[in-house]
Amino acid sequence: MPVDEGLKSELQKRGVFVMPVEFLYNWSRKSSLWPVQFGLACCAIEMIAAAAARHDIARFGAEVFRASPRQADLMIVSGTVTKKMAPQVVRLYNQMPEPKYVIAMGACAISGGPFKDGYDVLKGVDRYIPVDIHIPGCPPRPEALLHALMTLQEKISKQHLNETRWYDKNAPAEYPIPQYGAHDLEPPVNRELWQPPQETPKK
Amino acid sequence: MPTVEQIREMLSAGAAKSSLLVEREDLLAVAKFLKTDPQLQFDFCSCVTAVDYIKQDCIEVVYHLYSVALKHGPVALKVRAPRALEQCHVPSLTPVWRGCEFQEREAFDLFGVKFDGHPDLRRILMWDEFVDHPMRKDYIPPMDYEWEPTPHGETLARAKMQGGTVPASALEAKK
Amino acid sequence: MSATGIIETQTLEVSLGPQHPSTHGVFRMDVVLDGEYVVKLKPVMGYLHRNHEQIAEKIAWIANMPYTDRLDYFCSMTNNWAYALAVEKMAGLKVPERAEYIRVIMAELTRLLNHSCAIGFLLSDCGAWFTPVLYALRERERILDFFETVSGARMMCNYMRFGGVRVDLDDQSLAMARDIVARWPAFLDEFEKLMTENEVLIARTQRVGILPRELAINASITGPMARASGVEYDIRKVDKYGVYDRFDFRVPVGEAGDTFDRYMIRILEMREAVKILEQALRDIPAGPFIAPEAKLRNFKVPAGDGYGRIEAPKGELGFYLVSEGGAKPYRYHVRPPSFINLTILEDMCLGQKVADTVIILGSVDIVLGEVDR
Repeated sequence: MPVDEGLKSELQKRGVFVMPVEFLYNWSRKSSLWPVQFGLACCAIEMIAAAAARHDIARFGAEVFRASPRQADLMIVSGTVTKKMAPQVVRLYNQMPEPKYVIAMGACAISGGPFKDGYDVLKGVDRYIPVDIHIPGCPPRPEALLHALMTLQEKISKQHLNETRWYDKNAPAEYPIPQYGAHDLEPPVNRELWQPPQETPKK
Repeated sequence: MPTVEQIREMLSAGAAKSSLLVEREDLLAVAKFLKTDPQLQFDFCSCVTAVDYIKQDCIEVVYHLYSVALKHGPVALKVRAPRALEQCHVPSLTPVWRGCEFQEREAFDLFGVKFDGHPDLRRILMWDEFVDHPMRKDYIPPMDYEWEPTPHGETLARAKMQGGTVPASALEAKK
Repeated sequence: MSATGIIETQTLEVSLGPQHPSTHGVFRMDVVLDGEYVVKLKPVMGYLHRNHEQIAEKIAWIANMPYTDRLDYFCSMTNNWAYALAVEKMAGLKVPERAEYIRVIMAELTRLLNHSCAIGFLLSDCGAWFTPVLYALRERERILDFFETVSGARMMCNYMRFGGVRVDLDDQSLAMARDIVARWPAFLDEFEKLMTENEVLIARTQRVGILPRELAINASITGPMARASGVEYDIRKVDKYGVYDRFDFRVPVGEAGDTFDRYMIRILEMREAVKILEQALRDIPAGPFIAPEAKLRNFKVPAGDGYGRIEAPKGELGFYLVSEGGAKPYRYHVRPPSFINLTILEDMCLGQKVADTVIILGSVDIVLGEVDR
């Protein structure tokens, strides 16, 4: 429910601040997104560079990279997800408490990247876990990761309390973990999560 | 079995590429000789790998040896085994050079070559339940693209056979 | 039964990784512990197996160059050089002098950034949470700026070509490189003042993870790890590839083979690399930067096989290539130093405490892109 701007500024002059609870809820969450230490490959080095002194990710609230997924709310999948690693990625994602977000950093996490031809490469991490932000690049610059973090913060500020996944009784609490099969992972993709895109007819 | 004189002659000829192709039965003896002979002293095994020569129906395992003591090398020690999985085994050189351990495991994982006498022969890069040997030339990877917007080459050929993974317009356009 | 023989104890099996704050990538160690002491350790790798060798068989010779960047993703220039060297050996290409000097400059700058970050990460494992890494990354950013000016990318430079390099170094870039080299000794002095006589580092790294010399040679250990164990073998001095025989530099060799020696060797190698860089930047001649007869399109390598290797910052990086005379490799194999240096991880960690396991792994200096390819 938006508050009248005139009333707001009047009250502010008296030292009283009025805002919806949702605004406070979203603002506090987006300003302190703590990533889980989860670097897979080359993009992890750019993630570390983004956390270093030159491009400081601590300015955006993502100061502490937590070692345990149970204390983190952002997973930056930075690097190629191989099929051998995919069950552990899903397991880690399941262990994170809600509300949680995923940034797929780099071409490999989005779609397999330059290694798409490989027999052991998972062609995109969004086959098993839901992804909020994708960052293209190989590797994306640290500034690109900061831009993605800002985009995620904007996305969070637009979320509504009554439409979120974690308060939805029908949303899955855990995503199924793939098993190692004889030739491939079983199942090769989580069908409820990912369908091949529909082709738009050419005009 | 090459004689000691033949080996010495070949290695001292100073050829840019000195390589020795030996039979499976002689491999261990030749390796020990190369390591312990005072004039050769190849105490450092730099690289172990396998090559799948599908046309000659064999898999060749190649060992590159150098000498730290005398600072010469390399010598490529090669041995061949038939491609069929049951007969594809060679003696392991891990007892001679410990550095072969992981690389022989990798050759077993990716090519299916079994190394007799290896202390711990199991898969190293792929998961244990995997049954194929992916670097062989006749390996067919699972078709798990699900969406390839710009297919070409091998991907397009397989998509035409199996269908359903590429946009229909791409299949028509590249006929 | 425990060592005292009074209390009945059990061993505990712990899996360190693949996601762990200190494993330098997705690497897992299955450790069996008796209290705090390691009884058995099995490394498990393959979590970053990206099928580099299989992909290489499907694409042209030159198209493999960007993939070599992603092997040891910290040091892309030296990976490129190793591959270019192997192909040039097989194809008989001669590299012009200026290109050789440029390659040496790039390789030694890579050595500087690799060793400083490796020491930074080793100290993070010791508990100096991220502070040395921040110092190292500050200097690394300068070198990455230089790489970006020259090749267009910070990390995945894709800079070397068969027969030379992709673009020439102009005066502005050379001035940038000279500036970096001029600042580096001061940075090293600051770095060493903070760390070398730090009693925590000394207590945690001396006599930890000892690697005897004979075992190092037998287990094919190369690079700073082997030299710390007393193996006097530096491929730059043995093979004399490129123009390294023109530079005057020493090769530091350690005695004890423990983690502290591996740390000290890296510091000393950085000082020697600065010396090489000063000489190279002073003597770089004018001339072509790529062999005139090197073709890029439809480049075919004559049939046969060949093995080319260089002294990468982590050890001996070799490429074994088999060609059938065509435009694509028939077999392309990478000899990764990190993978083979892990052979004796178990030997070094037996009898140590579990906290030392992480430090020993840090001193091996692995990069998973190379281990798993």
